[in-house]
Amino acid sequence: MAKYVVATPDEIPPGERKVVDIGGRSIGIFNIDGEFFAIRNSCPHQGGPLCKGRVTGFLESSVPGTYTYTRKGEILRCPWHSWEFDIKTGQSWWNPAQRRVRKYDVHVESGKDIDASNSEREKGPYIADTFPVTVEQQYLVVEVE
Amino acid sequence: MDNEDGLANYALGTSPDFVQAGLKAIDCDIHNEVPSLQTLFPYMSDFWCDYCSHSGFRGPEANDYPRGAPLTTHPDAKPPWDIDLAHIREQLLDGWNLEYGILNCAYRVQSIHNPDLGAAIAQAINDWQIEHWLDPEPRLRASLVIPSQIPELAVREIERVGEHPGFVQAILPVRSRTPYGNRIHHPIYEAAVRHNLAIGIHYGGAPGNQPSPTGWPSTYLEEYSGMTQVFQAQVISLVAEGVFDQFPELRVVLIESGFTWLPAVMWRIDKEWRGLRNNTPWLKRPPSEYIRKHIRFTLQPIDAPPTPKQLLQIIGQLESDEMLMFSTDYPHWQFDTPNDAFPTTLPGALARKILSENARAFYQL
Repeated sequence: MAKYVVATPDEIPPGERKVVDIGGRSIGIFNIDGEFFAIRNSCPHQGGPLCKGRVTGFLESSVPGTYTYTRKGEILRCPWHSWEFDIKTGQSWWNPAQRRVRKYDVHVESGKDIDASNSEREKGPYIADTFPVTVEQQYLVVEVE
Repeated sequence: MDNEDGLANYALGTSPDFVQAGLKAIDCDIHNEVPSLQTLFPYMSDFWCDYCSHSGFRGPEANDYPRGAPLTTHPDAKPPWDIDLAHIREQLLDGWNLEYGILNCAYRVQSIHNPDLGAAIAQAINDWQIEHWLDPEPRLRASLVIPSQIPELAVREIERVGEHPGFVQAILPVRSRTPYGNRIHHPIYEAAVRHNLAIGIHYGGAPGNQPSPTGWPSTYLEEYSGMTQVFQAQVISLVAEGVFDQFPELRVVLIESGFTWLPAVMWRIDKEWRGLRNNTPWLKRPPSEYIRKHIRFTLQPIDAPPTPKQLLQIIGQLESDEMLMFSTDYPHWQFDTPNDAFPTTLPGALARKILSENARAFYQL
């Protein structure tokens, strides 16, 4: 499990996203109401740049003519064919069991912890890509297998 | 010529192989055409009889199936307007030992621009069907003719006679003023479900709109063969507009639509739905699943591919053996010999489903 420091939390305000390249993968990090989620920037349909798609809500209907729109900001639509994905789970709307985008663990760590952890290990699982880590700061860390 | 031999056999009452093998069929498309407008006068009020007589109205136009066109009548059947119960008993019910026959009267009340006249004629047709067809012959079931140009009037007619046990469906012409999924039609479906009636959608109709998506064709060949496009539009509309979500009990049969085009339509609408599904958030499953669950197709005319193997492949592409229901389209001429009415090359289990089991389940016979 490799960990990558990808951003500072204030770099991605609620409703925003950042797409980064780490470990040969393109990954999108999303801030939904202060909570961070990371998914692969590749649609499981045909490999479109999913994380550059439109963020929307979840539309349901019990009978024709009624519209229930919830979870605004939590659904991502691929820019290529408009398939919908749940940013929080990576599942597609139309086939959640089989069509899903890879989801990654992302969390906030302090520069102090990262620094300490880094110095503990010889080879260092942390690769602070473009980030000079300082002990005073908080960072978003993505874990990739 | 084979063709002539076949016709000669038909005239002599020869039945297809499946009948001789002891299999009973349910014929889902027998036409009981109204002989003339005057036939209906005994069932119409004095006012409407006088209205027709004084205005010179001779009945709705039927140029989507013109009298005398080669397809109108099998050469050894009587012309449609001369068909009576005795004839259908002789050539089909007894002749082919049918279990049931479903009558589809395609009198085009829906193209009558005076909706009250349309309703009066629909009412007369249904009373005529009860007296001359349903009550005398227990093997027959029939389609309610409804003035669907005004859904409220159509509902009224369903309420009036929908409980008669002989009526198993209400029939609509495939050509309509607006697609049948549109919500203006939903009261018709609500009434049909309440009276346990299926909805039959039949070839033709003359609502005033062009019979193709791109304009008026120049020839009957174009209109006749192009009607599949109208059927496709209706299938897509019914599913997309959520008719089957609103009315989960609704059963629909397309009559004389052909079915070999259906796999491609299902593939296409499923594919598009994945990206456009929030146009139609009421759909809970891929559109093709609604089609397979709710829609059936009569067999004739088969848009048959060149080989029996290819026909089986297309039936396989439907991914359901429950969608096809045997029909002759009698007395119209859609097949040359009795054996052409039903492909003899189908596997036994599938053959039995198509011949009778699917229709028995669909019409709850």
